[in-house]
Amino acid sequence: MDAFKILTGIAVPFGAKNVDTDVIIPARFLKTIQRAGLGKGAFAVIRENPDNIFDQPRHKGAPVLIAGDNFGCGSSREHAPWALTDMGFRIVIAPSFADIFSGNAFKNGMLLVALPQEQIDRLMEVAETDEITVDLENQVVTTPYQDRFAFEIDPFRKHCLLNGLDEIGLTQAMDKDIAAFEAKLAVDQPWIAGAAQVA
Amino acid sequence: MTQTPRTLYEKIWDAHVVAERDDGTALIFIDRHLIHEVTTPQAFEGLRTAGRRLRRPDLTLAVPDHNVPTNHRFEPITDPESAAQLDALLRNTKDFGVELIEMNDARQGIVHVIGPEQGFTLPGTTVVCGDSHTATHGAFGALAFGIGTSEIEHVFATQTLLLRRAKTMEVRVEGSLGHGVTPKDVTLAVIGHTGTGGGTGHVIEYRGPVIEAMSIEGRMTVCNMAIEGGARAGLIAPDEKTFAYFKDRPRSPKGADWEKAVAYWRTLATDRDARFDKSIVIDGTKIAPLVTWGTSPEDVVPITGVVPEPASFADPTKQDAAQKSLDYMGLTPGTRLEDVEVQNIFIGSCTNSRIEDLRAAAAVAKGRHVAGHIKQALVVPGSGLVKRQAEAEGLDRIFIEAGFDWREPGCSMCLGMNPDKVPAGERCASTSNRNFVGRQGPGARTHLMSPAMAAAAAVTGRLTDVRQLMGAA
Repeated sequence: MDAFKILTGIAVPFGAKNVDTDVIIPARFLKTIQRAGLGKGAFAVIRENPDNIFDQPRHKGAPVLIAGDNFGCGSSREHAPWALTDMGFRIVIAPSFADIFSGNAFKNGMLLVALPQEQIDRLMEVAETDEITVDLENQVVTTPYQDRFAFEIDPFRKHCLLNGLDEIGLTQAMDKDIAAFEAKLAVDQPWIAGAAQVA
Repeated sequence: MTQTPRTLYEKIWDAHVVAERDDGTALIFIDRHLIHEVTTPQAFEGLRTAGRRLRRPDLTLAVPDHNVPTNHRFEPITDPESAAQLDALLRNTKDFGVELIEMNDARQGIVHVIGPEQGFTLPGTTVVCGDSHTATHGAFGALAFGIGTSEIEHVFATQTLLLRRAKTMEVRVEGSLGHGVTPKDVTLAVIGHTGTGGGTGHVIEYRGPVIEAMSIEGRMTVCNMAIEGGARAGLIAPDEKTFAYFKDRPRSPKGADWEKAVAYWRTLATDRDARFDKSIVIDGTKIAPLVTWGTSPEDVVPITGVVPEPASFADPTKQDAAQKSLDYMGLTPGTRLEDVEVQNIFIGSCTNSRIEDLRAAAAVAKGRHVAGHIKQALVVPGSGLVKRQAEAEGLDRIFIEAGFDWREPGCSMCLGMNPDKVPAGERCASTSNRNFVGRQGPGARTHLMSPAMAAAAAVTGRLTDVRQLMGAA
């Protein structure tokens, strides 16, 4: 997972409310064996319209998505953050996010920024013409026009994102504890190890 | 020093804590990781991308089950996406040194059937799999639960999971079961009692005389559907039956290890004075053979009953849901369940595909014939070894002579991910675990029930009280 401190880039002023994970990635794209490549199915129904917001030349590969309330509701599919990441999004800014999506996004290195609706409206306006800056270290979103919108983030998630630590990386940092547990297990319950490869 | 009395769950949890964190979560060691073709490809891809190794291949066992066809097994798989998932499992297990029981191996079967059958699942272990019916393994006193793809990758890389301790819930089933009443009826009765959210945030321990008297296969059926009651895991204390089950399984402990293991397993049962966060009691003598009428596993009714009126539910949201269910199911309130005609029969799935299930269904099918209008009547053993055992007992002949289709092992018609599906608008008497909208195929109408009840429905062509077809108790 790449470390992330501050990012300035184009934001897609999408703005829709209650965007569910079926909208983000319809079920017919789930029978895949890869995370990568799901971007082509992302927002597939919206993108059937050739004039859709995502496929405008200015928005191709934009790192920021601005959306409405309750983003990511519905099914728990982890394909939703995979699809968004594959499209190039690293940050979603919205008034609120669904719980399961929020966890899945974090596990996949995405930053979710929750801001009040009036600030979202302002960012939507700026995004039409200018880039937006998201500063994770100082927990603030800024524009070239003096806008400064502070946001909250769970300290643990902030720490992980700033240092490019995913949960696996963090757990691997506890390798000594795991190795000590395994050594004790091998003595106490010798029948646990090796079982898969017997027979 | 006297120790605080603990439940079975707390004992297994405590024995697996690698480290505790300030935020109330703990790093829990995973003893057994079962994997299949559907939920693992992206987890393997994640390992590759990050350049990580799979930490404990010796604790990881793979078997394809969800996508495998249950007939024409030696011909190429026609669905390209299923074929790609099966190929990926073959390649990934090879690349990362994971033992794979291949599709045409005699030991292949549904992951939750083969885990215990191979002696891989053991009492007191933590068992995970990217499938919510992993709860099945709780029948042996293993803490077993389903996980998502990111968690699979986490277990691959670290052999641990970061978890928060669950609440404990006791489900006591008192008394004994009547003639024709099976473990499937017990587990459906519990869900009917608690609702699908009753176990949320909890690990259930099933206890009491009915559970103690129950066979190992029956206990698996009960724990299998803990998830349908909202509990991520269900547990039953290991006892002499459990130990006898594991003796001399291919991967179970041998020699001195066996003695040591059994001695440890005997310490796992919940202490006499241990407290549960929640407790419910069900009278086994009052459970009748049950069927579902709606599109949620909590929609249960005795086979002798009628389709309920949506207005009969106190909760207005449930009234609304019931009406939607009835519309989907094509049922009218007040209809006797025994008057509902079915077109498809499915005997199988991780809930009911073991030898005892097949014996119960065969006992009803014997000397009878599947009704003329039935379009599909599948019997799908849970594993190649179950199939072999059934054939040794002549059960296959009974089914075939009665007009059933005797298939190869797999998840089959439980989930509409392989060629076995229920056509839109048709009904299926099914021994599986979920009657969700579209679960057995788009537009399919599922009625959940026990294997004996499904066999009874097959021979009469409608939902039937199996007790009418059975001899005296």
